[in-house]
Parts: sequence; C-alpha cells; structure tokens
Amino acid sequence: MNDLGLAASTWQRLRTGDLGVLPVAVVLVLIGLVFQALNPHFLSADNLVNLTQQAAATGVIALGVVLTLHVGQIDLSVGAVSGLAAAVVAVGSVQLGWPLWLAVLAALAVGVLVGSIYAALHTRLAVPSFVFTLAGLLVITGLQMRVLGPTGSVNLPFEWWLVRFCQTAFLAPATSWAIVALVVAGYAAGRVTDRVRRVRAELPVAPLWQVVARVVALAAGLSVVVAYLGTNRGVGAVFALFVGLVALTDLMLRRTRWGRFVRAVGGDAEAARKAGVPVRRVFVSAFVACSTLAALGGVLAVGRLAAANQGSGAGDTNLTAIAAAVIGGTSLFGGRGSAWSALVGILVVQSISTGLTLLNLDQSARLVVTGLVLAVAVTIDALQRRAREA
Amino acid sequence: MTGSTVPVLALLGVSKSYGAARALVDVDLQVHAHEVVAVIGDNGAGKSTLVGALTGALVPDEGEVLVDGSPVTLSDPSVARGLGIAAVFQDLALCANLDVVENLYLGHEAQRGPLLDEVTMEKHAWELLNQLAARVPSVRVPVAALSGGQRQAVAIARSLLGEPRVIVLDEPTAALGLRQTAEFLTLVERLRERGHGVLLTSHSLADVQAVADRIVVLRLGRTNGEFDAARTSYEELLAAVTGIQR
Ligand SMILES: Nc1ncnc2c1ncn2[C@@H]1O[C@H](COP(=O)(O)OP(=O)(O)OP(=O)(O)O)[C@@H](O)[C@H]1O
Ligand SMILES: [Mg+2]
Repeated sequence: MNDLGLAASTWQRLRTGDLGVLPVAVVLVLIGLVFQALNPHFLSADNLVNLTQQAAATGVIALGVVLTLHVGQIDLSVGAVSGLAAAVVAVGSVQLGWPLWLAVLAALAVGVLVGSIYAALHTRLAVPSFVFTLAGLLVITGLQMRVLGPTGSVNLPFEWWLVRFCQTAFLAPATSWAIVALVVAGYAAGRVTDRVRRVRAELPVAPLWQVVARVVALAAGLSVVVAYLGTNRGVGAVFALFVGLVALTDLMLRRTRWGRFVRAVGGDAEAARKAGVPVRRVFVSAFVACSTLAALGGVLAVGRLAAANQGSGAGDTNLTAIAAAVIGGTSLFGGRGSAWSALVGILVVQSISTGLTLLNLDQSARLVVTGLVLAVAVTIDALQRRAREA
Repeated sequence: MTGSTVPVLALLGVSKSYGAARALVDVDLQVHAHEVVAVIGDNGAGKSTLVGALTGALVPDEGEVLVDGSPVTLSDPSVARGLGIAAVFQDLALCANLDVVENLYLGHEAQRGPLLDEVTMEKHAWELLNQLAARVPSVRVPVAALSGGQRQAVAIARSLLGEPRVIVLDEPTAALGLRQTAEFLTLVERLRERGHGVLLTSHSLADVQAVADRIVVLRLGRTNGEFDAARTSYEELLAAVTGIQR
C-alpha cells in the first residue's frame, strides 16, 4: 500500500471508529502536553501519581458503565450505588462494629442486588433502562441518607487496611517490574502461539515484524510508565487493581463466549436471540457486573477519603463515570467499545480536572470543559455510526 | 419419495394470532428427510409465521410441533437447534457489528479452555463458505460491510453448521442475483442428496418449481392446497396463491 492508500484507509478506519481507543489515547497525550505547557508541574511524576490514584475509584465505576453501554443499555445510578456502598462500608464497620471485610462484602452484595433488580425490570418488563435506573438513582440516594443517619458523615480510622490500601499502598519496584515482565511475556507468548496456529491452519497472518513491533511497543510503554512513576512513589495499589480489572474485562469481552454474547446482544438483541444466545442472562450479567463494579468503586472511594458522607457518589461521580466511558470511545448505541475506554476516558477527565485546578480555575470551569469534551465525544460516536451505516 | 416414513418435522393444527390478525389458522405440514418442501404465498400469507413456529422463534397459540412424530415445545431457537432444526430467517438474524466468523459461530463458539478458539472457527468458516461457493472479501469484516447476497450466504452457511437434519429457509432467494439463485438451488439439491430435509418459502414460483418435491400453498394463514411439484402447472399454483377460481 502506498502512503496515500495508507492515509485513506486510516482515515476510513478513524471515521468508522475501527481504531478503537487509539485516537482517544492520542488526545490524552495532547491534553497532557497542553497542560504541561501551561504549568510545568502537570507532567511531574508527583502529579501523575496523584492523578492515577484519584482516577482509580471512578475508573472502576466507568468500567461497569462500559459493560452496560456494550449491551445497548445505560445505568444512570452508578454514582448513587457507589455512594450507598461507601455508606454501608463506613456505617457497618465503624458504627455497627462489623469486621471491615464483612462490611466490604455487604457493600458489594448491595451492588449485586441492585443490578439483579435492574436486570429483572429490563428482561421481564422491557422497561427502558434509563427510566428505571433514574428511579433507582433517587431511591438509592434516599437509602444512602438513611444509612448514614442524622450525622450524615462517618470517618474511617487511617490505620485500617482499606484506607491504607487506597491511600498509601504502592507496588514495590520489584513487584511492578515483575508484573511488567509477566504481562509482556504473556502477551508475546499469546501472539506467537496464535501466529503458529494460524500458519498451521494455513490462515493469513500479519507479518512477523508487526508482532515484534507490538510486543516492543507494549514493553516500552509499560516500562516508561513504571519507571517514571517510580521516580516518585510508584504505581499505586488501587490504580494497579483498576488497570488489572480493565485488562481482565478486556480479555473477557474479546476472547470469551460471554464477551461475544455481550457484543452480539448490544448489536442486535433479537438477532442474537434467534442465533441461540441466552439474551436474558447476558443482560443480567451486564447489569449485575455494572452495579457491582459501581459498589466496588464506592468501597475504593471510602478508602481513599477515609470517610463516607452524603456527598459520596453524588452528581459529580455519576456524571464523571458515565462521561469517562463515552469519552473513552464506547458507543452509546451498543455493541461497540472496549474495556480500555474506561481507563483512557477516566484519565482524560481526571487530567482536565487536575490541569484546570493547577491553573487555579475552579469547579465551574472543570464542569464546563468536561461537558464540552463529552459533547464532542458523543458527536464523534454518532458520526462514526453514520459512517458505518453508509 | 416421501413414502410412508415418519416426518422429521411436522405441524399439526397449528394456529397463531397477533391480536386480531390471524396469521396461521389450523395448519398441517410435514417435512421428511431427503425432501424439499416449498411453501408459497403472497405477502402476509403467514409464511414467516410458519417458519417461526417450526424453528422456535415463536410459540403457536394452538396445535403441535412434532419432531420424529413426538410433540415438542420449541420455546426458543436454541431448543430447535438442539433437535436438529436450523433456520435462516427472512431478516437473516445476523448481528451487523460482528464479523463473518463471529456471526457464523454465534451461540456455538469453539473454545480452547476458557477462551475462544478463533483459529479453528476461522478455518472452518472458509471451508463452509467455499462449499457454498460464496464469495466474501474476508471473514473478518463486519457483516454490515457485506452485500445482501453475501449476508444471505453467511446466514445459510450458519444454518449448515453442526449438520442439522432439517433446514428451514424463509425467502432464501429474495436478495439473490440470477447466478447466486442458480447456485443456491444447486445447493438445496445437494442438501437433499445428503439426506437433509429442506423447507423453504418463496414468492418465486419458478424457483420453487425448479427445486421442490412438494409445494404447499398458504393463503391468508390457511393451507390452500398441496401440490406435487413435478405434476403441477404454473397456472394451477398461481390460482391457488391468489385464490382466483378458474
Ligand atoms: N409481530 C407481528 N405483530 C402483528 N402482526 C404480525 C406480526 N408478524 C406478522 N403479523 C401479521 O401476520 C400476518 C402474516 O405475516 P407473515 O410475516 O407470516 O407473512 P409472510 O407470508 O411471511 O409475508 P411476506 O411475504 O411479506 O414475508 C400478516 O398479516 C402480518 O401483518
Ligand atoms: Mg415473510
């Protein structure tokens, strides 16, 4: 292919959204460079470590949103679920004296329960999900206030493991590097076995240099991140957990039957049903996973703030999580997207937020800019859909 | 050709209404192995509804579906599939966002341990499509990027997976060009030779007469005659379809 042909095909893939999260990742880098030009502290290791630590909890919630968007639905109550989960952890462990692990489990169980109710409403009554999750948002916010009681705020002791895990736990350098090595080795092994099997089956294969280039790019990318964050406190445990969940979800979406069902149902639920996909169970799994991840996000948030209050998971968290999923490139129309859009999306939103704060701009500027970015993302999503159908 | 053997798939007194609209009224039908049955009828005659009842896409209000002579409840297309009844629906039931391989194996994915076995599926996908003489640019393009005829080929290829005993096709030639139609009719004959039962619906009397052993006419939801394809003229069929007495 000549240069012109390559440019044209890249443009076509960009137009139809076939490049996945890559364009947004480029935008993320640009945002970083712009803020760095405006404030030299922005790309400092210290600031980036803070940024990743702050992004983790809401990022986990955004990962759940990615799943509901994948099946063509939406959950508008994820912030409220995270707030209720935070309240359950704090009140259960501090006021009722439950062991912390039990309070955490109870919070996650709340997520499972909420998701099951949504799934039942959707699969049995065929109510559109934005309606019942909006109702859920109100109900759950009310429950959160009730659980928190009259004081409205509960603090966790700083020495508890959940707080330490979310605030001060960082991967030891050796651990970070071991994980990098394992991931790169695993990725390379997967690629090579795949290639060998394809050659044996006489199927077309990508040129070897592409495989090598991908492995090298992955190794280089991970090494730069780990090395640079390592000049400060390193990779936070909670951020590592978030990235691990994203990678696992990505694997499940792309390489397991469940993931295939999720994409099929999001693309065309009736066609999937006729093909023999257990559509109901797929919806149940997506709603339950979303609410449970939202609850987990709430648990991580309570650890990070060492407190739960009536503001936990309120407006801001909800919108940030949903916006992050869409900004990261997961389609609102269902059946298209990537788990990585939760990571890239939340980093974009968090970068804007941190960057504007560094420029001494207040909350209002942050909301306006994030809103505009979301509007651009939704427009691109709609245009890409049109380009695919044309 | 049909002899007195037990039909592989049969309907007995099946009715189905959509509210006040009676789409099927007391319909009987049999499909044997080694046999091609065609169901013809005008728009809205009930052909797609009949296909739905045979393949588990919908459950009839009254009457029975028999497989090998015993009544079954086809509550879902996957149940029918498990009993060896495969379907190609009029709307093809393909997911436009999935690629050809993903669509072919949807619901029947090959696995290696917990993960999908893409290599096996892709290889077999090519074999299936070549067997149908279907030309697709790549098995890794989303179905949205294929032409109507190519999509039809994918849907038919999918129905052949797992060697079903009966294949039910709703208007299989509607989107096909002349050459593809001829190829499709040859394929149907090959399926019959291999011992499959085939039921297809159509608007095109010519196509049907070329390939069917028996022709069942549906009119306003009722069977309006059953004909031996070899001994029935175009005019007789036309009269039965339109309901015009001569
Ligand atoms: N989902 C539905 N809801 C209400 N009425 C329906 C539905 N599906 C079909 N019908 C009605 O049932 C009757 C039979 O429809 P069906 O689709 O089986 O006809 P058909 O013979 O396949 O027509 P065509 O040749 O146009 O495909 C029609 O009168 C139609 O209006
Ligand atoms: Mg029809």
